[in-house]
Amino acid sequence: MQWLMQPWPWWLSGILIGLTVPLLYLLAGKAFGISTSLQEIGALCSPHSKLEYFSKFDRKANLWTIVFAIGIAIGAFVATQFLSADPKPFLPASMESVSGAIKLLVGGFLIGFGTRYAGGCTSGHSITGIANLNWPSLLATVCFFAGGLAVTWGLGGWLF
Amino acid sequence: METMTETNDSQPPKQAEQAKPATSPAAYLMVLLMGVYLGILFSKSEVAHWQRIHDMFLFREAHMYLIIVTAIVVAMFSMQVIKRFQIRSIEGKPIKYSPKPYHTGVVIGGMLFGAGWAITGACPGPIYAQIGGGQWMALFTLVGALLGMFSYAALKPKLPH
Repeated sequence: MQWLMQPWPWWLSGILIGLTVPLLYLLAGKAFGISTSLQEIGALCSPHSKLEYFSKFDRKANLWTIVFAIGIAIGAFVATQFLSADPKPFLPASMESVSGAIKLLVGGFLIGFGTRYAGGCTSGHSITGIANLNWPSLLATVCFFAGGLAVTWGLGGWLF
Repeated sequence: METMTETNDSQPPKQAEQAKPATSPAAYLMVLLMGVYLGILFSKSEVAHWQRIHDMFLFREAHMYLIIVTAIVVAMFSMQVIKRFQIRSIEGKPIKYSPKPYHTGVVIGGMLFGAGWAITGACPGPIYAQIGGGQWMALFTLVGALLGMFSYAALKPKLPH
């Protein structure tokens, strides 16, 4: 059981993450996707908004996305507290600073704006979308990597 | 043509409720359990670790690429089995994928998200995982993501789609 407490190998992680797609369909009848939870939070926070993005959004049918997000947080807590011999911090120590906070805030903004504009993220587009042979999802994934590579190689020396 | 009789502005539109069946308490429980499952995986596979994302974009290691490709292959095979045998959910509902359509935002939004992923080391799922795992700085990422989502909501009518 010693291996359980170490980081898991890529093949086990990949298989189990991939199984989320059929399991979520079979057990709950839901399509795997996480970034819709951001829209659900927005819609719940602004119940009287005149913006179509919220007023035409079905808050009730998408409430499960928040339950899913809470589950992810609980799972990470369990993994960090009880399933890790030597839990590594998720973020580098350099992020625990004012400049780090600004980077996370700006990067977070790009995540929220970008995923909602693209209509999905790594889960909804890259995994669920490509698995269902949806070509716009493949294009989205190419663009995710284009954006990430451009920032890492173009601004990496200045940012990190 | 729209008939003007019996219109009541205070009533919410009904068609959305009919199109999507309500989520049962049992389904909510399953969603929560699947979230816990995924949260454990995000942590133990280290896909929620900034360094892993950074090393992926620098092509320093194959870890992330192997995980993503394996996950896609497993999900693709599972969907073929579900389609081939017309498997239903445990509540007896048919399983059908609704395709996400192409529009300009897939390209522009996709690249903006990729940039955010590289900076923060998180995509939306790992943001929740990092916070749950006690990485409080990730709250800045979440606040940023919510601000980004609200900005998109406000700008949506003016953006090309």
